[in-house]
Amino acid sequence: MNDLRRPTGILFAVLGLILVLYGLIHPGARAELDSGVNVNLWTGLTMLVFGGCLLWLSFRAKS
Amino acid sequence: MKLTPIDYASLIIYFAFVMGIGWMVRRRIKTSEDFLTSKHSVPVWITSLAFIAANLGAQEMIGMCASGAKYGIMTAQFYWLGAVPAMLFVGLFMMPFYYGSRARSVPEYLKLRFDEKTRCLNAITFAIMTVFSSGISMYALGLLFELVLGWSFTSSVLLSAAIVLVYTFLGGLTSAIYNEVVQFFLIILGFAPLSILAVSKAGGWKGISAHLQPVMTHTWRYVGHASENPMGVEPFGLIVGLGFVLSFGYWCTNFLVVQRALAAETMAGSRQTPIFAAFPKILMPFVVILPGIAAVALMSTASGYTIPLKHGGGYDYDQVLTTLMAKFYPNGTLGIGLTALMASFMSGMAGNVTAFNTVFTYDLYQSYIRRNAPDKHYLWVGRITTIAGVILSIGCAYLATYFNNIMDFLQLVFAFVNAPLFATFLLGMFWKRSTGHGAFWGLLTGLVAGGMTLGLTVAENKGGWIANLHQFPSSMAQNFWIAIISWSTCFVVTYVVSMATTPKPESELHNLVYGVTDLPHEGGAPWYKRPGPLAVIVIVVLVIFNVLFW
Repeated sequence: MNDLRRPTGILFAVLGLILVLYGLIHPGARAELDSGVNVNLWTGLTMLVFGGCLLWLSFRAKS
Repeated sequence: MKLTPIDYASLIIYFAFVMGIGWMVRRRIKTSEDFLTSKHSVPVWITSLAFIAANLGAQEMIGMCASGAKYGIMTAQFYWLGAVPAMLFVGLFMMPFYYGSRARSVPEYLKLRFDEKTRCLNAITFAIMTVFSSGISMYALGLLFELVLGWSFTSSVLLSAAIVLVYTFLGGLTSAIYNEVVQFFLIILGFAPLSILAVSKAGGWKGISAHLQPVMTHTWRYVGHASENPMGVEPFGLIVGLGFVLSFGYWCTNFLVVQRALAAETMAGSRQTPIFAAFPKILMPFVVILPGIAAVALMSTASGYTIPLKHGGGYDYDQVLTTLMAKFYPNGTLGIGLTALMASFMSGMAGNVTAFNTVFTYDLYQSYIRRNAPDKHYLWVGRITTIAGVILSIGCAYLATYFNNIMDFLQLVFAFVNAPLFATFLLGMFWKRSTGHGAFWGLLTGLVAGGMTLGLTVAENKGGWIANLHQFPSSMAQNFWIAIISWSTCFVVTYVVSMATTPKPESELHNLVYGVTDLPHEGGAPWYKRPGPLAVIVIVVLVIFNVLFW
């Protein structure tokens, strides 16, 4: 394994994607102290974008 | 807190991933050095993140959040006064000698610079300390999961230990370091939303300041007198004890972190490692301490959040982090939060295990038990020690059930082991005249002096098992002063004994001591790769934060 960014990117993209989908399917999933925000969707999106960035960096370095 | 399948999914994906990294790295392992030291093969961005992640164990996350609730933003002194300046120091001034000496471990440096007995003393105390640290970390995690999730202490301890064992056994230090990077990102992404949610619910920093006593929202203003600040410390104890002795002792001499910097590909990389790491370290209080402060503010509003009580009365601050998660994270993100907690635990434990196996294999086994065996044998010993380290940690986790405040206990351990050691290193690296006898007796008397101080003073009903000569206003003040006394004793004894004994000839001190070592020149490198300019930027940012939260 030469480039850690690739597996790490995959992990965060997968975890983020699961959360995003869950947030879209269950937009009403809220914690006890609700701030009126879809926490799953936003956390998921952040992780997805982060994972995507790592993958992009890794593929850019290869080519 | 009730978990649903989506929460377990993130945990399981993460577990599979860390073991997968171990599996992928295992092919690189051919010699004992591949396994135990990564043989200078790790890119600097990875060593930098591993450098802080190895310290971000579960007890650090839980403890810092607890201290945030207990002491307020003054807790950030551990980062802004303590860790960051020490990290700059080790990168700027100490790595040239660590890396230049080609020592495989901190005790081995002591052997090269001083003598066999100094190495032996340090290796043994260090081995004991790592096993305890990892046991305490495991204990903290097992206890929390039992409380919050209803998982049995034994099964969560055994499961997490088994996973750490799998990936450190397969891929050694490289696998631990690679995973630490992933763990670092997970810790940030898993805990930052909590900080954002809790702080915004409490009305932002403005709202928090309005609801709390001013001592909770200032780092320096109330340090003037021990009775005025919640930590019960006075300026000298805080600045010298924490800011100098304890922090420098930890970040500059603890092999657990130094090992990460030594794994860098080049001398320049090893110096950049702690300095790059200082940047995220400055921001860590906003992720780990801020939620604790917000928690107290939330209690004084009618938000419905309260910190759980202990059995004997008083708040159980160690539960702040997890109860906040339970209140603020919906299922889904809750799984990520728990995964982050698990990741912090694993990074801390793997850090300890990989430092322990190196010190045991090279500094104890190869030095005293079997000297000239083929390398294959040491690789085998390294792997066996990895298993032994995990088993011993589990034993310590059960022992740790006797101590209640994890943070205080850890500080206590560091006060003994690393405080005098920093005096040894200062004199060893920057004064050619210091001798092996001086270092050994200094270190030993420093340790004894620390122990005696604990035995003769009392704080919060702790210590004083010999006599009660002095009462400290808080355990923290006591710890800082133990460190100061231990360091000073080591410094003075090392100096006096060195003057009375013969030093090593200068020809044997090349690459070990200032003055007889060619210092690295990085004048040709761009400014953002040079330790000096980077350190200046860190200091400027540090000053800004101290002023903002004055």
